[in-house]
Amino acid sequence: MTGPGDKTRWTLPALGGAAYVGAGLLLVFVLMGLVGPWLLGGSPTAQNLDHLLEGPSRAHLLGTDENGCDVLTELCHGARLLLGLCVSVVSLCLFLGLLLGVSAGYLGGLWDELVMRVIDVLLAFPGILLNIAIVAVTPKAGVGVLIFALAVNGWVGYARVARGQVLRVREQEFVLAAQALGCSPLRIMWRHILPNILSPIIVQATFGLAGVVLVEASLSFLGLGPQVPYTWGALLSQGTSSFWRAQHLLLAPGLSIALLVLGCNLLGDGLRDYVDPKRKRSA
Amino acid sequence: MNRTPQQNTTNRVVRVVSEGGSWIVRLVEALFQTTWRLRTYLLKRVFSSLLSVLGVAVLTFSMLHLIPGDPVENLLGEDARPQDKIELRRCMDLDQTLPVQFGRFLKSIGDGTLGYSCPDRKTTVMQRLAQALPHTVKLAMCSMTLALSLALPLGIFAALKARTKWDAALTVVALLGISLPSMWLGPMLLYVFHALLQWMPGPGEEVGTLASLFLPSVMLGTHLLAMLARMTRSSLLDTLHEDYVRTARAKGLPAWKVVLKHAMRNALLPVITVAGMQFGALLAGAVVTEKVFGLPGLGTTLLDAISQRDYRVVQGVTLVVAVMYVGLNLLVDVLYAAVDPRIRA
Repeated sequence: MTGPGDKTRWTLPALGGAAYVGAGLLLVFVLMGLVGPWLLGGSPTAQNLDHLLEGPSRAHLLGTDENGCDVLTELCHGARLLLGLCVSVVSLCLFLGLLLGVSAGYLGGLWDELVMRVIDVLLAFPGILLNIAIVAVTPKAGVGVLIFALAVNGWVGYARVARGQVLRVREQEFVLAAQALGCSPLRIMWRHILPNILSPIIVQATFGLAGVVLVEASLSFLGLGPQVPYTWGALLSQGTSSFWRAQHLLLAPGLSIALLVLGCNLLGDGLRDYVDPKRKRSA
Repeated sequence: MNRTPQQNTTNRVVRVVSEGGSWIVRLVEALFQTTWRLRTYLLKRVFSSLLSVLGVAVLTFSMLHLIPGDPVENLLGEDARPQDKIELRRCMDLDQTLPVQFGRFLKSIGDGTLGYSCPDRKTTVMQRLAQALPHTVKLAMCSMTLALSLALPLGIFAALKARTKWDAALTVVALLGISLPSMWLGPMLLYVFHALLQWMPGPGEEVGTLASLFLPSVMLGTHLLAMLARMTRSSLLDTLHEDYVRTARAKGLPAWKVVLKHAMRNALLPVITVAGMQFGALLAGAVVTEKVFGLPGLGTTLLDAISQRDYRVVQGVTLVVAVMYVGLNLLVDVLYAAVDPRIRA
């Protein structure tokens, strides 16, 4: 028998074609960020004033922008930055969300009440507004500030899912058995509960990735991003301002963002159906 | 047991009259119980909503005051005259201790001014927001109308045609709608419908007319539209498997009646809930939309305030959106409880 928990034989899980397309798109993004800048060699800010706002050509596969920078190089460096941002924000949010969600769900009582109240407050207004406000009042913008701003309310989703899952698992026999054996709460949470609630969290993280990409794009578009000229959002904003002269500048970053988010959504949908087959009928 | 219909009716009338007393008592009892229960539920929800708003107030306040950096330095630059700095510091209450500042902040919420803009002290933050708010609310309402009016028929269609080519095509389109970044969609719409076809007014033109709201509504509403269409589809598919739908079909109702009256009624609940909760998200999403289309709404006010480093306005926008967001959630919950008795128990 091969199932999700079988470690002896490794086969591709039956996620469905769409999910693999999504995974492929994500892989392209990761490769773009990891290998792209190295393959292309050039600097994203190297200006070539003889070639401003040029369309795609052999020398510049995606054309050049208004400073004469190669768009493809910019996109690849932007992908590297975005990759770092995504990984750090999602892992920070995962850490915080699991820590608070699992402990709140398992320990209950006053701690649970407190965590839930904080979650209520953070959910009481649209997340992007909080992100904007934090970036806006911080005197020095940068990648660190952006990570902080995104993590401040990013953990909430994970915490809610984790808490809900813990409440489901908490009363099951294997937890009772562990308690009867005298395991410490910390060990129960870490060794017994966590592995059993991970799958919906992973699904959530896949969608969370898309969220990070979109929020970064919005913030950079509003001029509140990390103040690096080649993040995807900044490229998009630049493309909008020089749109009437050169349409390709808006197309490249726009499609990149759309495809990456699409990839996350496809993979997330597939994973969700895989983890929770009951949904498959309707979803 | 050979009764004429007439006898039957007489019997029933007699029975109702004789049992009438206890019936009425029971009805009044039930009504009283329902309203009473609903009231405790209401109180609970209102209380927790107020708590959330207070939490947001604390959050915005601490954001402003605990994040390192001196707003006065940011506002005036380092080489400003010390006199101006002192003046501004006083205007922003920064010469007071934190508790006093927080007290004054709460007071400014209480008297509805949300404080004065610094350093001129002429307009209150509330006045500025009151000018901007209608534009944003109008935009959000247009987007919501657009999204709902398209999402429901499309979702129903996809659910009825589940697992056909139509369904697959709509699923793909919906996924695209969810994935397209709105700040890309907006300029593209402008390019096609304003620059190429010249059907629609451009950014900042004819502000306030319905035509000027159309493209922004499409930009803001597309994501929601795709989301709601997907939700409608899956929700309706779920209810179509229910027993009462089979019963409705079995008793020979026409198909449209089964779907619209029996299945949709229940399938709509989650969709409406999400739509209500997303209205607040539209208010926030309007920031990008207003920038693209040059609309004078809350988002523009927020961005202006950020560039002028007028933190009180930033604080005010956050608070106002939070209050509307919480209020809408409360409204949705209450309506939900009024419709569905299982919730208030």
